[in-house]
Amino acid sequence: MQLTLWTYEGPPHVGAMRVATAMEGVHYVLHAPQGDTYADLLFTMIERRNARPPVTYTTFEARDLGGDTAQLFQTAARQAYERYKPQAILVGASCTAELIQDDPAGLAEAMRLPVPVIPLELPSYQRREHWGAAETFHALVRALARRDIVRTPLEGRRPLANILGPTALGFRHRDDLVEIRLLLAALGVDINLVAPLGASPADIATIGQADFNILMYPEIGDTAARFLEKQFKQPIVRTVPIGHGATCDFICEVAALAGVDPAPALALGSRMPWWSRSIDSTYLTSKRVFIFGDATHAMAAARVARDELGFEVCGLGCYNREFAREVRAMAGEFGVEPLITDDYLDVEAAITAAQPELVLGTQMERMIAKKLKLPCAVISAPVHVQDFPARHSPQMGFEGANVLFDTWVHPLVMGLEEHLLTMFRDDFEFHDSAGPSHLGAGHGGGKAAAAPDSPQPSNSPAEEPEGWTADAEKELLKIPFFVRGKARRNTEAYAASQGIAAITVATLYEAKAYHAR
Amino acid sequence: MGGLKPGDPSVAGSALPVLRQRGQREVFCGLTGIVWLHRKIQDAFFLVVGSRTCAHLLQSAAGVMLFAEPRFATAIIEERDLAGMADANEELDRVVDRLLARRPDIRMLFLVGSCPSEVIKLDLSRAASRLTAKHGPAVRVLNYSGSGIETTFTQGEDACLAALVPELPATQAAAPESTPELMIVGSLPDIVEDQFLRFFAEMGIGPVRVLPPRRAVALPPVGPNTRFLLAQPFLGETARALEDRGAVRLDALFPFGSEGSFEWLRAAARAFGVDEARFEAVVAPARERATRALARHRGVLEGKTIFFMPDSQLEVPLARFLSRELGMIPLEVGTPYLHRAHLARELEALPEGTTLSEGQDVDRQLDRVRAARPDLTVCGLGLANPLEAEGLSTKWSIELVFSPVHGFDQAGDLAELFARPLRRRDMLKV
Repeated sequence: MQLTLWTYEGPPHVGAMRVATAMEGVHYVLHAPQGDTYADLLFTMIERRNARPPVTYTTFEARDLGGDTAQLFQTAARQAYERYKPQAILVGASCTAELIQDDPAGLAEAMRLPVPVIPLELPSYQRREHWGAAETFHALVRALARRDIVRTPLEGRRPLANILGPTALGFRHRDDLVEIRLLLAALGVDINLVAPLGASPADIATIGQADFNILMYPEIGDTAARFLEKQFKQPIVRTVPIGHGATCDFICEVAALAGVDPAPALALGSRMPWWSRSIDSTYLTSKRVFIFGDATHAMAAARVARDELGFEVCGLGCYNREFAREVRAMAGEFGVEPLITDDYLDVEAAITAAQPELVLGTQMERMIAKKLKLPCAVISAPVHVQDFPARHSPQMGFEGANVLFDTWVHPLVMGLEEHLLTMFRDDFEFHDSAGPSHLGAGHGGGKAAAAPDSPQPSNSPAEEPEGWTADAEKELLKIPFFVRGKARRNTEAYAASQGIAAITVATLYEAKAYHAR
Repeated sequence: MGGLKPGDPSVAGSALPVLRQRGQREVFCGLTGIVWLHRKIQDAFFLVVGSRTCAHLLQSAAGVMLFAEPRFATAIIEERDLAGMADANEELDRVVDRLLARRPDIRMLFLVGSCPSEVIKLDLSRAASRLTAKHGPAVRVLNYSGSGIETTFTQGEDACLAALVPELPATQAAAPESTPELMIVGSLPDIVEDQFLRFFAEMGIGPVRVLPPRRAVALPPVGPNTRFLLAQPFLGETARALEDRGAVRLDALFPFGSEGSFEWLRAAARAFGVDEARFEAVVAPARERATRALARHRGVLEGKTIFFMPDSQLEVPLARFLSRELGMIPLEVGTPYLHRAHLARELEALPEGTTLSEGQDVDRQLDRVRAARPDLTVCGLGLANPLEAEGLSTKWSIELVFSPVHGFDQAGDLAELFARPLRRRDMLKV
């Protein structure tokens, strides 16, 4: 048993729902107890979808358990087929139905429905949402792809690509897809299909026509992409174009596979390079940033943070163990300890210990950062209603790079603002308890931020030979509030390591020199 | 299955036929009650023993509302627990140890059963006694089931309060003829609870107890001299457990709207021998305020049709309030479960021609919504936006459970919850 306050991923059948809901003409019959229908609200409320997910739940109750839950499943499946007339039906069980072992696959097969029925085996007590989505997409592709497709040689025609991975309830999938289409258009590459998002079973049948596959989200599309690589000899574009550099690499990788000139797409460019080189960004140099999310977004963020913003990555991790190897390798390259866990409490402890100046994480890390009074930007699922903005806000492509610059830098105090705060520290509106203006009035920055740093009831240094002397306390107050806590901790750690009992002004500056990077 | 059946004629107010259909039920399970119960009982913690789905449900239902560390968590059952590689009871003990070490402020721990824990027959009541022996008296461990196979949404609160009843101390006076005490049963927002307590104090009724209490260490006593008022219509099991302890239920309308609040308070006043004139004097100012507040919304709501999808069991009293005090026309009042005895007076007050439905086949019910095209449909979060996209105005029902809506001074707010979607529809020009 695992104690869980918050969970990064839902159960695997929610992953299956994300695939089914993204597609057209697919219906999912889910053997599940009453109550599991809560998952509908993820799509209708968080993502604001205007239709119910195409899912029929059997919603059995305790009184059904003594009777015939198998019959209940068949009735639900038949009614769902008659009402929705889908081109293909997915059948499976949620965690509770898995325990009662009714075998939805066998039951559905016995019904001889006139459309393909694709059984899903998603072990709820071992696996999670992303795995469920990947497995479902893979099962659909295996079942529906026409195997007899023969591609004509690439010479003399425009190259054709599949785009794999975007689903319903995905973190910026809608907007990322717009950017990918833009890049492919600039390269002169045509799109055979996008899947799962917007694809029908009839579309999936033609998946073998493409020359290669673009894998937008490995968490969801990797299993299917590997199958297609084997089945249709379709190479996989593996660079995930998050960040300016990765977008350029992506363009070059696609251009090489397609045999086209990358220049027109590269020329689109982003503002990231100049924004990052402009003088106001100097203060970003070596800001310590802690990164946690799904593996794909976390790894992409680490590269952008180091290479494109000049941050120092002080922590890197992911919650999906399926991609732990890649994250470990990258953490090694960055010289940090990889954090592979889906335990929210472990992540909280790691962030607290790392003392970052910026957290890039999920909505969960946003809560942690809020508690620790650290700035934070959200870079990855699990999604929240805020992750479905009305405006176009991609993570991928050149516009994505612009968005990353803005959304990661805005939570930090602006460079100019930082100087003004120091200059006008004693001004009545800039005094310490006024709190950081960029975090908003409701942040409670005032007292809460000042409290841990406020001087202890001060006796004269003579009576207080241990700890902070009055002069040192006074000096400490001259340090801007947003780094004062760190200065205090660093000084105390230094004093302890040097066996210094009374912290004086000199100790403070010794410590500063000691910790200087 | 399906079809109209007349209600049980032996119970008053059950003349309306009840439509029962069997199909997909688009409802929350009883675990959802934890979202408000953990805010109400401030030194209690709710540990769901369940699956990742349970944790995901709680997070989805509560996540957007909570940024503080919640006083609930899930002990997620894993493959090794099922395969017998780990002893589920030992695992649970280990999880509880970790939890209590982290939260030393907790005085009462509820082990909450789920669909998977029920299906694998994990004995949580035995676990609760074992853990009470280990962590008591500082922490008392209780259990109840919030599983979807046994409970629908608000029935989770019923199960939780029913589990508390055997723990309640006995009242001082054991004989039925000794001085009566009043108990309000059902979790209410503190502000509403305080309003009711002030009314009773002004009428000279006391002592007044509240279940659930704000602190688990201060459990209200119960005994044959207890007279209790249900503040919520979904507390069938809790009422039965209280009656087993000798307490007597005071029958009344539920305290929604001015009429409901008046009748509900009067039931207590009469039981406690409060002079009618004094009762009237005590409630008059608030009643007058409620009348004024309701008048503001009558223009928007009067003559409008309303359709209730089954959700919280508040549907019948709310339909009564909206039809009698605001002139709305209930077309269908769906409820997950119809407690005929507790709702007898409410059912009597529903207008003729109202369709009552119990249970659900959501697809067929939505067909009826589309055919009837009501002015307002009260439904859960999974259905609201899809219906809005079809041009039907909706009120999401979960807000009715989370907002202060009981009593005279919330009557206007309650009406506003129904009026707002209609006003908004008329305001928007996009």
